[in-house]
Amino acid sequence: MAGARHITVSETSRPILARHAKLKFDETRQVWVILAPERVLAPDETAVEVLRLCDGVRDVAAVIDELAAKYAAPREAILTDVVAMLQDLADKGFLTEVREKAS
Amino acid sequence: MSTTDGLSVLEQRGSTAETFGIPLAVLLEVTHRCPLQCPYCSNPVELDRASTELATEEWKKVLTELAEIGVLQIHFSGGEPTARKDLVELVKHASDVGLYTNLITSAVLLSRAKLGELADAGLNHVQISFQGNEPIIADRVAGLKDSHRKKLEVARWTRELDLPLTVNAVMHRQNLHQLTDIVQMAVDLDADRLEVANVQYYGWALKNRAALMPTLSQIEETSRIVEEAQARLKGILTIDYVVPDYYALRPKKCMGGWGRQFFNISPSGKVLPCHAAESITGLEFESVRSNHSIAWIWQNSEAFNRYRGTGWMQEPCKSCEFREIDFGGCRCQAFALSGDAGNTDPACALSPLHETIFKQAEREATEGGDRFIYRNFAGGTPEAGGDHGA
Repeated sequence: MAGARHITVSETSRPILARHAKLKFDETRQVWVILAPERVLAPDETAVEVLRLCDGVRDVAAVIDELAAKYAAPREAILTDVVAMLQDLADKGFLTEVREKAS
Repeated sequence: MSTTDGLSVLEQRGSTAETFGIPLAVLLEVTHRCPLQCPYCSNPVELDRASTELATEEWKKVLTELAEIGVLQIHFSGGEPTARKDLVELVKHASDVGLYTNLITSAVLLSRAKLGELADAGLNHVQISFQGNEPIIADRVAGLKDSHRKKLEVARWTRELDLPLTVNAVMHRQNLHQLTDIVQMAVDLDADRLEVANVQYYGWALKNRAALMPTLSQIEETSRIVEEAQARLKGILTIDYVVPDYYALRPKKCMGGWGRQFFNISPSGKVLPCHAAESITGLEFESVRSNHSIAWIWQNSEAFNRYRGTGWMQEPCKSCEFREIDFGGCRCQAFALSGDAGNTDPACALSPLHETIFKQAEREATEGGDRFIYRNFAGGTPEAGGDHGA
């Protein structure tokens, strides 16, 4: 079965881009893009960094820990931004979540 | 941190409307052959014969060239793209050169093995058209027995192979009452996305307008159903909605503006500003078989430059405050309904023809017969039997 639908992003979620959403560096225009059917999104630099950490293995808490360590920034501020950005992508149907299979 | 609509951002990065940067996505109509005969087919009335289609190596060269000039997504469409025996090879090649690939299909020719081969070749997404939510209407509209059951089967295989799925539902007077059930069908099929696409009336659909045109009350009900479903299914099913422009006051920004964001390539290799563009007589379209590169054709050819931007406009478009919002609507529709592609699209309330055409559409919606003219290489065949006669 495919990834779960309609996810609510929290520190314990393990998000990953949906199969139809491809993160790619566009050499022609020199920007990162997310490709999806009939849509192209342009994530900013920080969003790209977060998405590259969202591999379906790390949970959101781990992603935030890495970013907080790297930028020596307060964890709470990063948490709010990251969760909001990921929830927005999830609502648009670009993000899914790895869950335990119900046998 | 944010993720925004890519188009606006990319337009500021060498893909601008002003310099007509290469589009992000290109539609390849790899064949006009199709086992279905839908009366609203978006192909031109004059279909390209199999003998004129680009060969495998020609399409591969096109794909390589498109990737090199900055195109990111390819929609393999038709006709029915799976009617080409080399489709797996083409998808594989597109993936190899880094393109995001989408298959736009009627699904009826696909076996599970073939779909698996396409997935292995790197196909990113599948879009299947549906003509209704049950076989009686769906098979009649498609002009093909057993097509609805087959589509459902292929849609299930698509998800079993973990390929993302869009259900494309083409809506008109004779199936709009099924919309609520079609939304549920898309959810049940575990689709990621549903396109509720009201028929656009050019080519074959224009021939069939009296049999397809919805009533105004149907459209109001449709908008209500779509809005309710969009809110209810947020994060579960994305629903894109294409409104029929005959009942609108403002015309649609067709193709994002002529020669601004989109081109497609016909089975015989013509590079077109829109899949209906060949319906405009007097325009010459360059081919990928010519000596010109695709980038040159996009930037310099007469057909792309004729209606690009706002310089071609006459009144009421010329001085209109919306001229860069909708670019005067659709050129093909302006040509089909007014005889001049340089006129304002009659879908616009400011067009002198708007009132007449709106009234005509309303009349056809209530008085038109339900019988179709089916799409085929013979120029169309009227539906048999008296059940749906005018």
